[in-house]
Amino acid sequence: MVVCDNIFYHMTIDLKTVKHISKLARISLEEKKAEKLATDMNSIFEFIEKLNELNTDNVEPLTSIAETTLRFRDDKITSENIREKILKNSPEKNDDFFVVPKVVE
Amino acid sequence: MSEITSLTLYELIKNIKEKKISSNEAAKSFVDRADKSKKINAYVTENFENCLKLSKEFDDKPNFDLKLPGIPIAVKDLFCTYEVRTTAGSNILNNFVPTYESTVTQNIWNEGGILLGKLNCDEFAMGSSNETSFFGNVQNPIAKDLVPGGSSGGSSAALAANLTPVTIGTDTGGSIRQPASFTGTVGLKPTYGSCSRYGIVAFASSLDQAGPMSKDVKDSSILLEVISSFDKKDSTSIDFKRNNYSSELTRNIKGLKIGIPKEYRVDGMPDEIEKLWKKGIEYAKDCGAEIIDISLPHTSYALPTYYIVAPAEASSNLARYDGVKYGLRSSGKNLIDMYEKTRSEGFGEEVKRRVMIGTYVLSSGYYDAYYLKAQKVRQLIKRDFDQAYNKVDAILTPSTPSSAFKIGEKSNDPVSMYLNDIFTVPVNLAGLPGISIPAGVDKNNYPLGLQIIGKPFDEQTVLNIAYSMEEKINYKNNITDWWMK
Repeated sequence: MVVCDNIFYHMTIDLKTVKHISKLARISLEEKKAEKLATDMNSIFEFIEKLNELNTDNVEPLTSIAETTLRFRDDKITSENIREKILKNSPEKNDDFFVVPKVVE
Repeated sequence: MSEITSLTLYELIKNIKEKKISSNEAAKSFVDRADKSKKINAYVTENFENCLKLSKEFDDKPNFDLKLPGIPIAVKDLFCTYEVRTTAGSNILNNFVPTYESTVTQNIWNEGGILLGKLNCDEFAMGSSNETSFFGNVQNPIAKDLVPGGSSGGSSAALAANLTPVTIGTDTGGSIRQPASFTGTVGLKPTYGSCSRYGIVAFASSLDQAGPMSKDVKDSSILLEVISSFDKKDSTSIDFKRNNYSSELTRNIKGLKIGIPKEYRVDGMPDEIEKLWKKGIEYAKDCGAEIIDISLPHTSYALPTYYIVAPAEASSNLARYDGVKYGLRSSGKNLIDMYEKTRSEGFGEEVKRRVMIGTYVLSSGYYDAYYLKAQKVRQLIKRDFDQAYNKVDAILTPSTPSSAFKIGEKSNDPVSMYLNDIFTVPVNLAGLPGISIPAGVDKNNYPLGLQIIGKPFDEQTVLNIAYSMEEKINYKNNITDWWMK
């Protein structure tokens, strides 16, 4: 095994970490499901650790496969009045806005 | 004449143009067959009545100059279709009815295609067996209780069961080629940037690509010609000169150099896959190609790289499902609680798993160790292919490390499920075109596929090699319509 910069020894993902991640991901988890997820995530990360065999010190990260620069367009409005279309699939709305649970007391 | 539903796309177009079959007759045949094929569970949403109506309208005012004149076509339920429900196989989009059309499907309708309906798939295209769909398993028409592959499992099953003349899928890590291989059909993933991603429910944006699935290679060339286009609405769409893939299709591949990468001979690969590959090499030689041994040294790092990059991008893309703008909303005591309950009830287990992995690898303190590392290895994988293409015109490999497996066989072990994509994932990471063609059967008579990988934007060579080998292989699916009995 080659030792390199980003060496990251496999660390067990514990229940506490899973719960923290689920908060970040905004997914509520039952205790039982969290335990199962911890097991699954550990087996997946064990598999992912293989990347640490490689020395990538002098490798540029590949961020986009399409080697093009982003295109500019004229700063003009191209869509018609689409408020209705945008609101159409909203689970809760009034005439003009999306409606969410009260945020400010 | 054989039954309408068993015709290839090319034959169906020919018959319609010669007025031997009307568009409405074709539509009726596919609708009738679908009604007798509910057990396959290929459809999430049927558009049958509308299809019959539109086919009649086509017959009243036919335009035979179109590339798909009045052809009924079912598509994967990952493409947004105007005023037709689009679910991505997820509960969270159960009631989503798009107010716009994806570019790829619009291209099909512009050439005379008519929507038959929306086909089942793994939830948000995350899966290799169609078992993660909220709308249930899909049966592989090859044999009962066999998975059709995934994520485009409804598409491959519908095609093999003759429920649609051709179809389109999407491929992020093998989701077109693996189900094609499992069902004895043809599936092509084009070069990244060839087909617009506009209006496709996003999974991993640097990898996602739409492509044709068909009964033979010629049909894929016809459909690719229709769906591939430069599109301003997709910032990674590439403006390159597209071939007339179907008219430029040729079996003359004499002198082409085809590479055989030794790293694809993986541990534990069944003998029958090895044999299939050797047979494929012989067929390629028979076609006049020159076989050259090559090395793609970072192949074994592709899957671990993919399972960082794809979940990371997925966790970002799926952040939009918040119960506010569209889709499912669960009630909660405050805004955060509403988000968490909505996403918990709306997403299935595999999607949650991947969102969690993605969130973890992007979270503070882990980004460099995982995501940045994976992007660097992705560079090495791409470089392997760049170097190989200095020596060869295309690469030949098996499509999958095994044939189709039984429903339930791998659903409890995510890593063993992920291994299905071992030969297809590197192609997505490098953004290359790849096709799977049926090439033989295993000991159970289940189909096995071979994959041809090409240079960027060189779909024509990929298609030509496939077209040429297809003739030598002469594979025929033997499907008994068991689900109708």
